[in-house]
Amino acid sequence: MEVIAKRPESLTKTPFTYCPGCLHGVAHRLIAEAIDEQGLINKMAGVAPVGCSVFAYKFFNFDMAQAAHGRAPAVATGIKRARPDMHVFAYQGDGDLAAIGTAEIVHAANRGEHISVFFVNNAIYGMTGGQMAPTTLPDMKTTTSPYGRKVDDIGYPIRVCELLATLVAPYYIERVSLLSPAEIIKAKKAVSKAIQYNKEGRGFTFIEFVSTCPTNWGFDPVKSRDWARENMLPFYKPGVFRDKGEGVE
Amino acid sequence: MSKILMKGNEAVAEAAIRAGCRLYFAYPITPQSELIEYMAKMMPKVNGTFLQAESEVSAINMVYGAAGAGKRVMTSSSSPGIALKMEGVSYMAGAELPAVIINVQRGGPGLGDIQPSQGDYFQATKGGGHGDYRMIVLAPSSVQEFADMAAEAFDLADKYRNPVMILADGMLGQMMEPVEFKPAKTQEEIDALGNIHNSWCICPNEDGDAKHHHEINSLEIDPSVLEKHVNELYEKYGRIERDEVRFDTYNVSDDNEILCVAWGTASRIVKSAINELTAQGKSVGLIRPITCWPFPYEAVAEAIGPKVRKVYVFELNTGQMLDDVKIAVQGKVPVTFWGKVGGIVFTPAEIKEKLEACF
Ligand SMILES: Cc1ncc(C[n+]2csc(CCOP(=O)(O)OP(=O)(O)O)c2C)c(N)n1
Ligand code: SF4
Ligand SMILES: [Mg+2]
Repeated sequence: MEVIAKRPESLTKTPFTYCPGCLHGVAHRLIAEAIDEQGLINKMAGVAPVGCSVFAYKFFNFDMAQAAHGRAPAVATGIKRARPDMHVFAYQGDGDLAAIGTAEIVHAANRGEHISVFFVNNAIYGMTGGQMAPTTLPDMKTTTSPYGRKVDDIGYPIRVCELLATLVAPYYIERVSLLSPAEIIKAKKAVSKAIQYNKEGRGFTFIEFVSTCPTNWGFDPVKSRDWARENMLPFYKPGVFRDKGEGVE
Repeated sequence: MSKILMKGNEAVAEAAIRAGCRLYFAYPITPQSELIEYMAKMMPKVNGTFLQAESEVSAINMVYGAAGAGKRVMTSSSSPGIALKMEGVSYMAGAELPAVIINVQRGGPGLGDIQPSQGDYFQATKGGGHGDYRMIVLAPSSVQEFADMAAEAFDLADKYRNPVMILADGMLGQMMEPVEFKPAKTQEEIDALGNIHNSWCICPNEDGDAKHHHEINSLEIDPSVLEKHVNELYEKYGRIERDEVRFDTYNVSDDNEILCVAWGTASRIVKSAINELTAQGKSVGLIRPITCWPFPYEAVAEAIGPKVRKVYVFELNTGQMLDDVKIAVQGKVPVTFWGKVGGIVFTPAEIKEKLEACF
């Protein structure tokens, strides 16, 4: 019998703790498949954030560290500097990376740290119950912006890829979305490229996933994807912001 | 090896490199800048990692990563920066990671000043970070001891998989004294040290063991699992309290009428005052905690001779170790305190005057 789909070796058998329809699991799977394909499982280390993906250290089937809120790029830096023969990635949500961890991500990127960062943007604090994130869209209602995000008061959402693309050092920066099978296949190509560049020691690689949070957005998974397509994608446009390997500077 | 005249900040950095430290992450701050600058100069010469982080928070989290990868790693700062590192210290205690942190204390609170102080005793020994943890705290009183503590701190960190702090101050960091170094570890020894943690740390899966999956983690969401973990830590802390208490005594005898307790820089000054009083035929002893945690409670109690009328605590703060001394003395004799703050260091004459008033 031909096997057409199976659990990647880079994922443990521990069941995911994510809500039905959550896309964190999809992002995990893409990363795991790419690591399998590059044959890196025995030389890989990952860093889990604080957020819904806090248990990622149980889900990936190689050595993992769990970092304090926002500090994953600093922890990944420490691991990579201590074990240069290993390949290291950090996995972060938008509150983790773009609020409390802004300094850590900007400076890891600015150093051109030889790590990959996978950034799941669902425009909300998922784990703590749907509070406003730095990525929450204008006028979007959350539990801490009950009247909608007022940009005059709290500012506009942060576009992280665009921000990091102002730096000289990063090797590869791409934003992808996870809203349909076609987009997931495209996202997989970006993840594979990031892991391949990581394997080759090219430098700092960064993938942002435009994602959803059905539970805290208050929509079912299908409607969440429609909402994200209509509202997230126009603001967070998918694209390659930097790819030194392909001459995109 | 012959003695070299060196600043404390540089001596401890050199000693750390000799002890096999090959990773150092820090952020500049006075009065520890000579330490970070020495590391910047010397680490590349031994193929080590020197990284000036974007903040103390980032530096300590880099330490968390490197310690999680099983290598000898160090950071250093001074009081306001150490406050920022406390997040990482708590995570390292929870995840049981070995690392060395140096605090070259300065005056506080807030930005305070840049002169020597002992204001961070509480922060270091009573849990500056959150949660129920302990950190081993070593307090040097000379440049030589400061340097010697580097290797000792790494050995203790490795032995107990726990963060260890060397609690110095601006005086010890800045002053020059002759220092003799232990021979540097060979590359072979350093490689061996870098592998002692391979059973649990982040490391390559050399033989492709299908079960290889190491987790560096302080999260236990199930209360019964966390309870077990914290109880295991508590047992470990008990072993440290039993086996690692260090202290020094000076002029302690049955003739003592006063027993002084002082640590670090303060203890040097008290010693000078005791010498002058001894010449006058007045018997004063000194006990100096070398480990602030675990604190030498029993040793302090035992040092109180039959004629001691008063235990006198001298610190460069408003009375922090004082609390531990009171616990040790248990009300058996009166405990008095005198200290100086604001980064001002008391003189032997001032201490002598305080002690003379007791006779
Ligand atoms: C220092 C600190 N502050 C706050 C928290 C509480 N907290 C846990 S998860 C989280 C937000 C996570 O949101 P995000 O990074 O967007 O991840 P998501 O859950 O949406 O995937 C917060 C604020 C914490 N654990 N630590
Ligand atoms: S709360 Fe949102 S981000 Fe978290 S698991 Fe549920 S759907 Fe996913
Ligand atoms: Mg989020």
